[in-house]
Amino acid sequence: MSGQAALRRDVAIVSWASFETPSEPARNEVEMLLPVVQEALGKVGLTQQDIGFTVSGSSDYLQGFPFAFVGALDAVGAWPPIRESHVEMDGAFALYEAVNVLQEEGIDTALVYAFARPSRGEVDRTLALQLDPYYVAPLWPDARGLAALQAQAMKDSGRFGDVPDLPPTYVADGCVAVVLAVGDRARELTKTPAWIRGIDHRIEPPSLGVRDLTTSPSTIAAGDAAGAAGADAAWLHVPYPHQELVLREALGLSGATVDSAAGPVMVGGLERLAAAAAGIAAGKARRAVAHATSGPCLQQNLVAVLEGVAQ
Amino acid sequence: MSEPVTIVETPIKLDFSYTPGVASSRFLRSLEKGKIVGQRCPKCKKVYMPPRGACSMCGVATDEELILSGKGTVCTFCVTRIPTPGLDAPYVSAWIRLDGADITSMFLIQECDPEEVRLGMRVEAVWVDEADREPNLGNIKYFRPTGEPDADYDTYKDYV
Ligand SMILES: [Zn+2]
Repeated sequence: MSGQAALRRDVAIVSWASFETPSEPARNEVEMLLPVVQEALGKVGLTQQDIGFTVSGSSDYLQGFPFAFVGALDAVGAWPPIRESHVEMDGAFALYEAVNVLQEEGIDTALVYAFARPSRGEVDRTLALQLDPYYVAPLWPDARGLAALQAQAMKDSGRFGDVPDLPPTYVADGCVAVVLAVGDRARELTKTPAWIRGIDHRIEPPSLGVRDLTTSPSTIAAGDAAGAAGADAAWLHVPYPHQELVLREALGLSGATVDSAAGPVMVGGLERLAAAAAGIAAGKARRAVAHATSGPCLQQNLVAVLEGVAQ
Repeated sequence: MSEPVTIVETPIKLDFSYTPGVASSRFLRSLEKGKIVGQRCPKCKKVYMPPRGACSMCGVATDEELILSGKGTVCTFCVTRIPTPGLDAPYVSAWIRLDGADITSMFLIQECDPEEVRLGMRVEAVWVDEADREPNLGNIKYFRPTGEPDADYDTYKDYV
């Protein structure tokens, strides 16, 4: 999809709320999510029954609980039955689905949320299960080890100057909720909607051996389709510090203010979209890029372009 | 031609620590004391047992707690005639609506002939000895008939 052209209806981020802590000791996923969902809805005076489409991003593998994403619906209340979906990915990719569903007449609002408590498991090992189940996952290459291969390839390329050393995988628990609305509905709900002018996501081959890990063709393609050129600020999802260098190059961000964060796994990307919307609402940026990634070594990348004025 | 490979074994093992949550922790601690604590939804007033801290239908926290009696009514049941580890066949599993609760939960029914179990039968919880209790639902060994007259169909017809 070439972002701007394909959005028949203008969609804006109108509200958001988030929570992050190094390790949530006592509350379960639903208890962590409830106040955050309520806050995001409450800021624009909505209840779950006003929402046309609900979608979440999370991974049951982190919770070790089959259909954990269904249990999380306790945090929104699915009665009378709601129109709902889920992606086993970062919540940013759930937002992409919501933007597409909002192109349908009759659905004017969407709630997107993401949650994870990776502090309770072994996230580096758990993420190995994203890999090829027959030839790669049984070797248990941990997430940090794969990121280190990428950092080493960058050092060897000589293209990046100083490549930062690899810290331990960032582990935090948290959740984020984002409310979307279309056209006049968005203008009713807030004085400062952050309009999604373009959004696109691309994936690279699953086999790490066929990729050049020092570049991110999927980010370049998603950025082109979303219209990232000319942005004056960017909110990048950077699970490991060296990846910021690859993303800056892929998005051509020279001259733009860049804010990078990892965030909790499955949550960090959607948090970047919320942070970019906050930047637009606060007048810190005119045209903002929000980026989210999922998978090993920036395998999948989503780029959205936000502005304070509608098309 | 060599034979095609039809099976590849790739064992996977991950360890998790489960967090019941704040509301479920209170419920589990009460079970150690031999009490069944339900939670009421402030919006639709439904009482959840076991409580999970939020009303599935309304999406709000269920903060109000109330102690249930430990007696209930059989809403539906199944007789299993194949033994399972720790259970000799035949055994009876039943969905029981505890008095005061608005959802049913599954328990075993013992101390009676499986053929006697029926919808509307009144049953009560049989607890593990106090010294052996842990914070989990296993503290209720099973339910047994109370001998009371069967409940009126109207009191459980929505749960069959
Ligand atoms: Zn309720």
